[in-house]
Amino acid sequence: MSEVLQDLVNQPYKHGFVTDIESDVAEKGLSEDTIRLISSKKNEPEWLLEFRLKAYQAWLKMEEPTWSNIHYPKIDLQAISYYAAPKQKPKLKSMDEVDPELLRTFEKLGVPLHERMALAGVAVDVIFDSVSVATTYKDKLAQVGIIFCSMSEAVLEHPELVQKYLGTVIPTNDNFFAALNSAVFTDGSFCYIPKGVKCPMELSTYFRINTEETGQFERTLIVAEEGASVSYLEGCTAPAFSSNQLHAAVVELVALDDADIKYSTVQNWYAGDKNGLGGVYNFVTKRGMAKGVNSRISWTQVETGSAITWKYPSVILRGDNSIGEFYSVAVTNNYQQADTGTKMVHIGKNTRSTIVSKGISAGHSNNSYRGLVKVGPKADGARNFSQCDSMLIGDQSGANTFPYIQVRNNSAQVEHEASTSKIGEDQLFYFAQRGIDAEAAVSMIINGFCKEVFQQLPMEFAAEATQLLGLKLEGSVG
Amino acid sequence: MINKDSKTILEVRGLHATVNGVEILKGLDLTVKSGEVHAIMGPNGSGKSTFAKVLAGHTAYEVTAGTAMFEGQNLFELTPEERARAGVFLAFQYPIEIPGVANSQFLRLTYNTVQAQRGNEELDPLEFDDFVREKMKLLEMSPNFLDRSVNEGFSGGEKKRNEILQMALLEPQLGVLDETDSGLDIDALSIVAHGVNELVNKNNAIVLVTHYQRLLNYIVPDFVHVVDNGRIIKTGDKELALELETRGYDWVGVEYQAANLAMATQGAA
Repeated sequence: MSEVLQDLVNQPYKHGFVTDIESDVAEKGLSEDTIRLISSKKNEPEWLLEFRLKAYQAWLKMEEPTWSNIHYPKIDLQAISYYAAPKQKPKLKSMDEVDPELLRTFEKLGVPLHERMALAGVAVDVIFDSVSVATTYKDKLAQVGIIFCSMSEAVLEHPELVQKYLGTVIPTNDNFFAALNSAVFTDGSFCYIPKGVKCPMELSTYFRINTEETGQFERTLIVAEEGASVSYLEGCTAPAFSSNQLHAAVVELVALDDADIKYSTVQNWYAGDKNGLGGVYNFVTKRGMAKGVNSRISWTQVETGSAITWKYPSVILRGDNSIGEFYSVAVTNNYQQADTGTKMVHIGKNTRSTIVSKGISAGHSNNSYRGLVKVGPKADGARNFSQCDSMLIGDQSGANTFPYIQVRNNSAQVEHEASTSKIGEDQLFYFAQRGIDAEAAVSMIINGFCKEVFQQLPMEFAAEATQLLGLKLEGSVG
Repeated sequence: MINKDSKTILEVRGLHATVNGVEILKGLDLTVKSGEVHAIMGPNGSGKSTFAKVLAGHTAYEVTAGTAMFEGQNLFELTPEERARAGVFLAFQYPIEIPGVANSQFLRLTYNTVQAQRGNEELDPLEFDDFVREKMKLLEMSPNFLDRSVNEGFSGGEKKRNEILQMALLEPQLGVLDETDSGLDIDALSIVAHGVNELVNKNNAIVLVTHYQRLLNYIVPDFVHVVDNGRIIKTGDKELALELETRGYDWVGVEYQAANLAMATQGAA
């Protein structure tokens, strides 16, 4: 049985192709000059160049972190090109003007944009390499005062908003990768929901890394004003290159009084081949500030790709009665490594957080949950519930749980539950005896295991995630 | 029941099987015809449960010699799932728990998988719900079984009912019940046995693997076989089971050895 299962695990990456679009690629290497080049290419205001240079100075003094449970050869940051943009200017007004080659790429990815627009009613801010190509539904959103555009555009058209919030949740010197991102980010998404507005549709961005050996430094900022609410979807795929690609994104969320931000991710970047060669290095800093009273920030992630995942979407619960949530499924197979989790920092009174983490490891992979629950001295009545479940497939994979709990307030209630299970031969035999083959069995078990997280995903994403997991894991039991 | 126009459902000849290199089955022969109920009895470790698992194709067991023809097909050439789809059903002695998978979902998948194999219509969740609820009445199961995870937190009796429910859904040609009576109280035993009796007809057959005669008061066998040391050493009718209940198994072994000795002596003479 295990051979069949191994074959299934080792299915080639479906999204492995390179789009033949001419790219404008900067010289490799990082220096102050590179940063000035990026800034001038993008016609940025002076304050943003300063922001970048300050981050760069901080970064120079920082060391790459080594505390996580992942192992990889040192990344040569001078061998990366920090700017690549499709030669696609000026900006396009409608999808008809988009390069047909690009549209075909999206179709191969199974994300036909026009179809999404028409059928799903999803506004998609398309990121192709580092520059936004087309933004849909912008007018409709603009009618209710919502700004949803690329970061570059926001910098030029809404500089006061960007300047007010950029770097306020994740300071430029927060960590090695966030500092790097702050210095060299090329584009990303910006979303602003004004006071009292409930965003009428799911906002969605599809990222795609396209140019070989181009670092991806996306920057996303979402601000929900008083009483506003928004649900944001991020989905990713990347082509199958053999050389590793670094991805160091930064996502900042700000929720003011009574605001609600829901951020969902399905990540399926190239994970490397079955021997662990290649794959994306994904070092992401995501953090939300539940700044106002009664605000809520909810992260949902389904991490299936990347050779290395280093990611801890967190919530700073500053407003009284604010709520932070983290729902995660992390799947690793072959030689993938994931060290992912969250931080819930309780500062305000009666703040509540929920953590549900499901880690699935197959092949020779290593999957770690790392989470911090911190309750400050003023956080009276703070409550946290954490549940971390691991599932092992086969006997070569590893699962770890590293929960850190720091409580400085006696009225706080913190609960942590953890479990480890294994898909065994006996379960598979039970299914087989009922006519169900190993693929269908694993898919059913895994989907059952991840149910609590999938329920948090928006509908169309949930279906996608279910399929993705099936593809990643079917038959990986041996 | 034994009838004249019955066809052979299962024919096992000279079956040898090992687990972890240890031989458990040592030349087992058995013929099962449609409409028949066979009881396989024997002491602990005699090989009766191994026989059930080998028929179903459990990967821990290796068939080293012998054949098993199921409705004209060589069973040992089929994967476990192919055997199940072809109509071999094993009611497990210890049904495994599958956390997170709703029973309703599991039951529908297995039902549709087998129906697809037979070229029948598959049922959507609503149609299936009506269908399965009807079948559950047979086993006096509460509908909330459907929402619970497969066997998770089920009592012994509930697990066994769930097994028979699956048999009722799949309507196999051959139902192999591996110690279905173990862990059942008298009420549950009667319900489960009633469920099994409802399923027996002239086109299918049942093999009951059991330790005790008790079950056979409820499901009356046409044949009772005694397994010892990996082979069938005596076959009789339901009266044999009663005799075993009073006398135990030892005398059968003694009788078998004496007969073998007599044959050997005759051969020598």
